[in-house]
Amino acid sequence: MTKVNLIIDGVNVEADSSDTILTAAKKAGIIIPTLCYLKDINNDGACRVCVVECKGKTNLITACNNPVMEGMEIETCNPKVLEARKTNIELLLSNHNKNCLTCGKNLNCKLQQYSYEFGCDENKIVGVKNNYDLDLSSPCIVRDNNKCILCGRCVQVCKQIQATSAIQKQKRGFQTMINCSFDKPIKDSTCVGCGQCVLVCPTGALLETSNIKKVMELMAEPNNVVIAQVAPSVRVAINEEFGYPVGTFNEGKLVTALKRVGFNKVFDVNVGADFTVIEESEELIERINENKNLPLFSSCCPAWVKYCKLHYPDYVKNLSSCKSPNEMLGAVIKNYYAKQNNISVNNIKVVAIMPCTAKKEEILENNDVDAVLTTRELATFIKYKNLSFTHLPESEFDNPLGEYSGAGLIFGSTGGVTEAVLRTAVDKLSKTDSSDVDFEVVRQSEGIKETTINVGNLKLNLCVVSGLKNAQIIMEQIKNGEKHFHFVEFMACPGGCVNGGGQPFVDYTKINYFDVAKQRAKALYENDKKSTNRKSHKNQFVNKIYKEFLIPNNLTKTLLHHNHNKK
Amino acid sequence: MTFAELTKLKNERLKEIDVRFNKNSLKKEIMVCSSTGCKSNHGAEIIEEFKKQIKEHNLTNVSVEKTGCFGLCALGPIVIIYPEGTFYCRVTKSAVKEIVEQNLIKGKVATNYLYDKALINQTHKNEIDFYKHQQFVARKNSEFINPENILDYIALDGYFALYKALTKMQPNEVIEEIKKSGLRGRGGAGFPTGTKWELTAKEKANKKYVVCNADEGDPGAFMDRSIIESEPHKIVEAMLIAGYAVGASGGFVYLRAEYPLAGERLEKAIEQARKLGLLGKNIFGTKFSFNLSIKYGAGAFVCGEETALMHSLEGKRGEPRTRPPYPAQQGVFGCPTVLNNVETFANVPTIILNGGEWYSKIGKGTSTGTKVFALSGKVKHTGLVELPMGTTLRDIIFNIGGGVLNNKKFKAVQIGGPSGACLPESKLDLPVTYDDLKNNGAMMGSGGLIVLDEDSSMVEVAKFFLEFICDESCGKCTPCRIGNRRLLEILNKLLAGNGTMEDIDELESLSYFIKENSLCGLGQSSPNPVLSTLKYFKDEYVALVDKQHKNADKYVINKEKCIGCSACSRVCPVKCISGEIKKPFEINQEKCIGCGGCQKTCKFGAIEKV
Repeated sequence: MTKVNLIIDGVNVEADSSDTILTAAKKAGIIIPTLCYLKDINNDGACRVCVVECKGKTNLITACNNPVMEGMEIETCNPKVLEARKTNIELLLSNHNKNCLTCGKNLNCKLQQYSYEFGCDENKIVGVKNNYDLDLSSPCIVRDNNKCILCGRCVQVCKQIQATSAIQKQKRGFQTMINCSFDKPIKDSTCVGCGQCVLVCPTGALLETSNIKKVMELMAEPNNVVIAQVAPSVRVAINEEFGYPVGTFNEGKLVTALKRVGFNKVFDVNVGADFTVIEESEELIERINENKNLPLFSSCCPAWVKYCKLHYPDYVKNLSSCKSPNEMLGAVIKNYYAKQNNISVNNIKVVAIMPCTAKKEEILENNDVDAVLTTRELATFIKYKNLSFTHLPESEFDNPLGEYSGAGLIFGSTGGVTEAVLRTAVDKLSKTDSSDVDFEVVRQSEGIKETTINVGNLKLNLCVVSGLKNAQIIMEQIKNGEKHFHFVEFMACPGGCVNGGGQPFVDYTKINYFDVAKQRAKALYENDKKSTNRKSHKNQFVNKIYKEFLIPNNLTKTLLHHNHNKK
Repeated sequence: MTFAELTKLKNERLKEIDVRFNKNSLKKEIMVCSSTGCKSNHGAEIIEEFKKQIKEHNLTNVSVEKTGCFGLCALGPIVIIYPEGTFYCRVTKSAVKEIVEQNLIKGKVATNYLYDKALINQTHKNEIDFYKHQQFVARKNSEFINPENILDYIALDGYFALYKALTKMQPNEVIEEIKKSGLRGRGGAGFPTGTKWELTAKEKANKKYVVCNADEGDPGAFMDRSIIESEPHKIVEAMLIAGYAVGASGGFVYLRAEYPLAGERLEKAIEQARKLGLLGKNIFGTKFSFNLSIKYGAGAFVCGEETALMHSLEGKRGEPRTRPPYPAQQGVFGCPTVLNNVETFANVPTIILNGGEWYSKIGKGTSTGTKVFALSGKVKHTGLVELPMGTTLRDIIFNIGGGVLNNKKFKAVQIGGPSGACLPESKLDLPVTYDDLKNNGAMMGSGGLIVLDEDSSMVEVAKFFLEFICDESCGKCTPCRIGNRRLLEILNKLLAGNGTMEDIDELESLSYFIKENSLCGLGQSSPNPVLSTLKYFKDEYVALVDKQHKNADKYVINKEKCIGCSACSRVCPVKCISGEIKKPFEINQEKCIGCGGCQKTCKFGAIEKV
């Protein structure tokens, strides 16, 4: 790599020739503010917030996409640049619905932050504003174009990362807007509800469809027994909302908080995951033996399932018939737990705490779960209930559906489902209790990871995929007969649920330089390692339910599986 | 195709169309303009009528042909009768009979349809004031050629430049020749064409492209359309030469779909050239192969910007992107690309045939050659004019255009399209060159020239162009998308009589902001209509504010009653009251808007309405 010397704000910087002014400045300890820039995904220079002055040029240039050149002299915060940035933000504010006080993005909004930091006058530039109706059609995502600043990140993420292209820019000039094709509402578009667009939106233009009110209504009904069930990756993310560093693992405070906000019982979706592992490994072995509908595709991720149905309908038969861990646990709670405790099915309400926006749509299919709160919504709910999360004592999940295996825990990361299934399948196929539980080969996927594992004389071809663009790549290869797998794990969000669309917002100056998903996943794997039981089929509570309830009543297929073809 | 075959085609065709060049020819030929302007004015019916009349009168040795555009569309349909070359304007169906009888039968001139009835000695195109001062390079042959016949083009040395380039010159020699000519891009920015080609030639890549920008979008501009409709083969030939020079094997013409006739003719031209082996594999038996196709654009103004054009050509949304990388490095489909506009290409074959040095002698300084302008607005003769660079605005408007319509007073000329500028009378002697225009806050643009007379409101003019920009901004970057909209709102406010002096200041500062911060050339030049009118006609803006003052109530401070408490100055919305504490204050009448707020505030009755 050739080196380039330039001066940024009077500092001599040695940068690589592939650097942009933005990345070179970072090397000199200067963080140039950005609004539309998203590393590797969006560097269009559309917002003009990252403008800098380059000696010899009349116009200001954008730092995010202008390459460094030998001898450049850059000023990133002289009066001209600062004034330009300020005016840019003021122009954006002049066409922005400024109800910041009540906005879902309050205090997480980059536009708000810069407006303050740049010393903007929100009413300096006034004029006509575009006036759009809210798109409330989707159970997963709410779009408010009155807050959109047209940075284009959502469009690029939807297209480049998720190969979905449900939204794109339409119209011209001041009327330019982000919209679904043919002016359709989100629910009629190809949107899979993954919520990756929500994560990258710098303002409140994209948010999850809130279920907080619904949950409060459920709780207000005196006869209801409202049960919370918590997804694996929530416990490594919720803490960030209360000031803990990224990657903090904490279940105890979370459980206490859930009980304090009004849930009668707190169960763990990790246990649901243990059920899934047992069912899915069984299904895998069965399909391998019958050599039918291979590869088996995981079906835990609703966004992926929807994507498969939309774009690869011929492969729906390859989807595992297992319900997602979330729904499995819901079904067990509503049938087994309700019966055990003499609660009427009508009065038992299950609320899932999920890192995911797509789950809000998934639960509409079966009647296993009543509402879904994302990690972010839960944090809001906790704050609403005046709880000081940091000061809460720790407590444990309720039993019998709170004791989980390490295998269930790692469902939250890409590769986790595969590893969990392997731990059980290997034992079942080899009819042993293998001590080999760390399948490092399926971890740390950069999006696509293929591997072959020998189980006895069977060579298991596996693939771990996260991000729907990668799913598209693999599906095309499977379709063309280039690749032959026994099992493919698909997760819609890059890195898996730890990076789900419902997870806490991370300041994207951090996203641009630091892999949040990996930090959170690391915490999951560390705690898996500490678990006394790391295999799903060794979960005594799960086995007990099989033995005492599911098998005798012949309910395994009815409660834990479903038909993807049903409308 | 070999040289001998090409020469044979040329000579055979020359014999056939001898009437167009030989005054002594015994044949007669009626050539009817068949370009969009005349065609939409019943041009096709006129051709039929001529044929009918010829048949009725049993005239022999008379033929009727289509021809290219003469640029005098306002006086269309245009008909030329060879061998004399009599130039008829405003030819209607009913006029045909008279022309046939007068001209073809009696051998006279049908004076009713001359360019100017009063000037019966001006019968030939070259004698007419409008054409007398013009010099044709890019639009050289249109009056002699049926645009739909490749043989007509070959007869006038068509494809000989290509032959010369392919067989007698190395690619770098072609580039050298273009560089020597000093040819600069005619699309607006005026980048040296030879340098552009050289940069693309230097890039190492398996595939390179040549793209012709035919997305002419300026309101009132139609030189590129006229060129394609008149001589489509010239563009094909020039693109082939460019392809050879830079090592490209494929080309696209990005043509707006609003130009159906140009598209039709270009498609025909490509087909004809392909049939003769002038396009395709191993042209003239050399190793050079080239393919050309047309890509229709949906008519977004921004797609004339090169990076937006390339996006659109690739099937993406037509949005510009930051340069670098320049198209020469990373153009269409990521390949090095030469991108020139129609008029630029139209100069290339002639440069190759006559040499770069010949071309460089036309024009002034670093602006060599000729430039086609679309002259319109309040000028006597509107139409396309081609002139050597460096001709003054006064020459164009008064000598060629015949001065301001209805003998009104000249006020300004708007040059350079929607993002160009308005120049006042004091700038009339400005030679039209890239640099002179730029130094005066204007730009060459694609060559629109709109003459404005004393009745035009310059603020209205600025508003007109700004509305266009607001409609056509791609909406990608903040300054252009929102900034221009806010400029327009301020203009509307001023025009409605609600503006203040602060609005004028805001207009100016926001304009400069947009200029310095927009992403692409369109955005960076979009406030030019506002800035140039502010520069040369600020009084008209101020008058809009003043007008409202004149109508407003007037207030004065009674010095004897005023105690100098400053209460009035604090409530004044335009801050026009000042003074020292405890001494009488004063109202600046120029700034006062007559709101009366001060009078209501004053507890001492010191403020009186007059």
